Amino acid sequence: MRDPRTFSVDQQVGLLFVGLFGVLLLATAVVTLLALRRGTPSGDARQSRLLHDLRALWVGALVFWVAWVSGPVGATLAFGVFSFLALREFITLAHTRRSDHRSLILAFFVVLPLQFVLAGSRSFDLFTVFIPVYVFLAIPVLSALAGDPERFLERNAKIQWGIMVCVFGLSHAPALLLLEFPGYEGRGAFLVFFLVMVATVAQLAQEGMSRWLRRRPVARHIDRSFSYRAWLAGALAGALVGALLFWITPFKAPQALAMGFIAAGAGTLGEFVMKALKKDAGVRFWGNQASITGAVGLLDRVAPLCFAAPVFFHSVRWYFQLGA
Amino acid sequence: MSLADAAGMLLAFIARLITGAQGHWKGCPPMAEQRIYFANHQSHLDWVLIWAALPHDLRSRTRPIAARDYWTSSRFKQWLTTEVFHAVYVSRQRTDDQDPLEPLVEALKSGDSLVIFPEGTRSSKGEPQAFKSGLYHLAQQFPEVRLVPAWIDNVQRVMPKGEVVPVPVLCTVTFGAPMALEAGEDKRSFLERTRAAVLALRPPAT
Repeated sequence: MRDPRTFSVDQQVGLLFVGLFGVLLLATAVVTLLALRRGTPSGDARQSRLLHDLRALWVGALVFWVAWVSGPVGATLAFGVFSFLALREFITLAHTRRSDHRSLILAFFVVLPLQFVLAGSRSFDLFTVFIPVYVFLAIPVLSALAGDPERFLERNAKIQWGIMVCVFGLSHAPALLLLEFPGYEGRGAFLVFFLVMVATVAQLAQEGMSRWLRRRPVARHIDRSFSYRAWLAGALAGALVGALLFWITPFKAPQALAMGFIAAGAGTLGEFVMKALKKDAGVRFWGNQASITGAVGLLDRVAPLCFAAPVFFHSVRWYFQLGA
Repeated sequence: MSLADAAGMLLAFIARLITGAQGHWKGCPPMAEQRIYFANHQSHLDWVLIWAALPHDLRSRTRPIAARDYWTSSRFKQWLTTEVFHAVYVSRQRTDDQDPLEPLVEALKSGDSLVIFPEGTRSSKGEPQAFKSGLYHLAQQFPEVRLVPAWIDNVQRVMPKGEVVPVPVLCTVTFGAPMALEAGEDKRSFLERTRAAVLALRPPAT
């Protein structure tokens, strides 16, 4: 067999997707076979949850693939749609008031498309400051013009927060795809893959460790399983996987270790924050659609990416002194 | 596929994109039987939401009620209500010689299902107003038609009164168990019972 490093970029990326879909196919086959065998009610419940998670993984992998094959325009569009759906879910649960109408129109139909156009056109300088600087002023101005002083700060904070998480955060995924390293052109898909792998491993490791360590939770009312040690274990596991994956990235092994740690830690902390938000909105699972209008579970799945992607993107860009 | 069908599919797609238009069939499955759906009325979008929440093959035989003077005032409005939604027109001015329910009776006689908003007008308060008596008269004349209550949630946040651009916010339409007029039930208690059935479908406040 040829050394994979002599493959062209397209072949390498193709190999990545063949591997990804191969693993998914294998997992689906195993779960389906297990479903045929087992019969206990508790096993069935776990089975259906597992199938549900697998389906989400399939959707994620397919979007990732579509984003890749369709180039900058397709990638930006695909993640833009995701961002729209995530923001729709966030705003539904945030209980805005009537006088927020104009601000929300601005958020959905001006800010969101513009941010993704900026990502797609690789204008990374403006892309970075557009929402934290310009939109940060525009939203409260529109809101004040609506003339409703009641809970002014709270309402604007909610909208700005939603835009930061669902639009600003998620727009860093296509930005990562389009980030140009000298000598690493066209391989942004590996960076997104690296980020997603590292964040997922960290999440699983943190969960496993918290079960095994049984530490006293730091914030019992938010998350019963979160403890500093479990978080550290998760981030370290993510860093380790990152270091093992260094050959698909432009990083050297120690750099990959550090970047993996940053991405993994940010992802699991982001998930922790999202849990707090869920508790505030009164939703146990985002996916419990029977009782609460609007909780469809997308926000839950993209939360780690929303928080990890910007931190990872800006760490990489700053450390490697990459231009626009 | 005709232009009207295409326009209908486009409208349903937009409604789903903006609001999700999730139909929760709690009391009965969606079925091709003759029904009168009755729901709370908070926004102009209510009809589109119920319509988009229905399965595709039930949409063409489930008809809304439209005010004749408003919805036939321009060619586009008339085309939209006639060709796309198959609306039943009623006149708002009451004339002495005509029963205002006449067009509805005819639609039910021809086997179509109807969607009505028994409050008669949009209410911006959380709770629906008292029901008008039309539902009672229809239930009396068509005892075999199933009456299905529905609660439309969150739609007032999508497009508050006076705004034109909708904001994307998820909405649900919850359908309850079919009801019928009971033997010897008078108008008032029937209207109160149906209103309570609609209100009972409201999701718990968060």
